[in-house]
Amino acid sequence: MSDKEIKNLEEIFEARIARDEKIEPKDWMPEKYRKTHIRQMSQHAHSEIVGMLPEGNWITRAPSLRRKAALLAKVQDEAGHGLYLYSACETLGISRDEMYEQLHTGKAKYSSIFNYPTVTWADMGAIGWLVDGAAIINQVPLCNTSFGPYARAMVRVCKEESFHQRQGYEIMLKLCNGTPEQKEMAQDALNRWWWPSLMMLGPTDAESIHTEQSMKWKLKRKSNDELRQQFIDQTVPQADILGLTIPDPDLKFNEETGSYDFGEIDWDEFWQVVKGHGPSNKKRMKARVGAWEEGAWVRDAAMAYAEKQEKKKLKKVS
Amino acid sequence: MKQNKNLYNYIIGIADNSLILAQRLGELCGHGPTLETDIAGTNISLDLIGQARNYYQYAAKVQNEGKTEDDLAFLRLENQYRNVLLVEQPNEHFGYVMGRQYLFDVFHLMFLSEMLQSKDETLAAIAKKGIKEVSYHKRFSGDWIKRLGDGTEESNHNIQEAIDELWAYTDELFDQTEADKAMIAEGIGVDTSKLKEKYYEEVSILLKEATIEVPERKYFIKGGKKGVHSEHMGYILTEMQYMQRTYPNMEW
Repeated sequence: MSDKEIKNLEEIFEARIARDEKIEPKDWMPEKYRKTHIRQMSQHAHSEIVGMLPEGNWITRAPSLRRKAALLAKVQDEAGHGLYLYSACETLGISRDEMYEQLHTGKAKYSSIFNYPTVTWADMGAIGWLVDGAAIINQVPLCNTSFGPYARAMVRVCKEESFHQRQGYEIMLKLCNGTPEQKEMAQDALNRWWWPSLMMLGPTDAESIHTEQSMKWKLKRKSNDELRQQFIDQTVPQADILGLTIPDPDLKFNEETGSYDFGEIDWDEFWQVVKGHGPSNKKRMKARVGAWEEGAWVRDAAMAYAEKQEKKKLKKVS
Repeated sequence: MKQNKNLYNYIIGIADNSLILAQRLGELCGHGPTLETDIAGTNISLDLIGQARNYYQYAAKVQNEGKTEDDLAFLRLENQYRNVLLVEQPNEHFGYVMGRQYLFDVFHLMFLSEMLQSKDETLAAIAKKGIKEVSYHKRFSGDWIKRLGDGTEESNHNIQEAIDELWAYTDELFDQTEADKAMIAEGIGVDTSKLKEKYYEEVSILLKEATIEVPERKYFIKGGKKGVHSEHMGYILTEMQYMQRTYPNMEW
C-alpha cells in the first residue's frame, strides 16, 4: 500500500472515531492504534489478575462467613474481568500466552497499587472503597471508547466494580461503627491507601506521555489531573460520613473552585513503585510466575488429553 | 432434647465438610495453573461456603443457645470440628486439589441426592439447592481427573500419586457417628453405608477411564468425624479463626 493510500485510510479511520463509530477487530486500523490498545488492554487485564493477589490474601482469614463469601465473589469477578479483557485483547492479534510472557518478564505493566501489601482486614474495605473507586473514575469513560470489544467489556466491568466499591465502603462503615479498635483499623487503612490511590490516576498531565493521542481515540476523555480532582471531591465527603480523617493536612475545600485543594503527591514514591521497587512488587511477580510455572504440567496435560480425544474422534469417523 | 443434640451434631458434621474444603480451595485463589481453573476453584469454594452457611444457620437454630452461624464456624475448638480428614488434606499440587475434590464430590452428590428424601424439610431444601452446584463440581473435577490421568506421563504420575495418598481417607466418608445413626433411625439422616459400594464403583470406572490405577488398600485413616484431626487442622483453624480470636465479640 502506498503512503498516500495509508494516509487516506487513516483519515477515514479518524473520521469514523470522530463520528463516535465503533472500531471492530476486523476493520482496518493504524498500527499505532493496534499497539496502543494492546498495551492498554493487556495492562488492564494484568491489573485484574495481579489484583486478585492482595485481596486473595484475606480469603482464608475473612472475619465472617458472609465476608468470606463476598470476598471470594469479588476476587472471582476480577478473574472474570481478566478473562474477558484478555479475550478482547486477543482480537487484536496477540495471544494470552504472549501477554503473560510480557507480564512475567516485566515488559508489560500492571496497576502499581497492587504492589502495596494488605496487612489488615480493613484493607479489604479500603481497597474496595478507594482503589475500586479510583478505578471506576478511570474506567467509566472507557464504556464509550472507540474500540468495540474494549468498550463492551468495560460496560460489564464497571457494573461489577461499582458493586465492589459499595461493598468496600460497607466494610469501612461497619468498622467505623464498631469498637475503637475497629475504627482505628479503618483509619490506619485509609492512611496507607489514600496516597497510592491518588497516584493510581496517573502522573500529572505535564508528565503524562500518552494523553493527547489517547484523547483522540477516546481511550481517555479527561486528563489525569481532572480525574484525580473528581476522585478527591467524591471521596472526601464519604470519609466525613465514616468519621475518618484524610491523611493530608493541606486538604481544604476551596469555595472559589468548588473543589478540594490538596497536598503534594510524593511522585518519587510513585516512580519507585512503577519501576519495580515497591513493597510487594517482587512478591506479586513471584506469585504470578510461580503459578504459571507450577501449572505448566497441568496445561500440558490438558493439551495432550485434548489431542488424544481428537484423534480418537477422527479414528471413529474413518 | 437428646434428639435436638443429635440433629445439631448431625448438621455440624455436614457443614464442617463444606467449610473446611472451601477454606482449602480459598487458599488457591490467584495461584492456579490457568485463569479458568482459578475462576472455577473460587466458584466451588463459594458454593461450599453458601451451603455451610445454610447448615450453620440451621444448626444454630436447632441448638437454640443464641449463637450465630459465625460462632459455630469460627469459635469452636479443633476437636469440635467434625469434618472428614479428606477435606483438610493440603493443596500439595493440582493433582491433589482435583483428586481431593473428585473423591469428595462423588460422595457429596450421592449424599445430597439421598438427603433430598430427608424427613427434615430444611435439610431436604438445602440438598435440593446443593445438588445443582455439586453436580457441576463433580463434572469439573472428574474432567480434570481424566485430563491429568490420560494427559502426559508426568500428569499421570502426579495424579496417581495424589489418588494413592488420598484414597486412605475415603473410607471415613461412610463412617457413622452416634448422631448419624440416630438421625438415620429418625428418617432424617442419610444412611451412608448404602452408598459405599456405589461410590467405589463410580470412582473406579472414572479412574480406569483416566488410565489411573485404582488403589488397593486394606488400611484406611480416619478420625475427623470423631474430632481427631490431622496435624494440618490446627493451621487451617489458626488462619480461619484469626480475626474472631484476635478481636472477640465484634461485628464485621
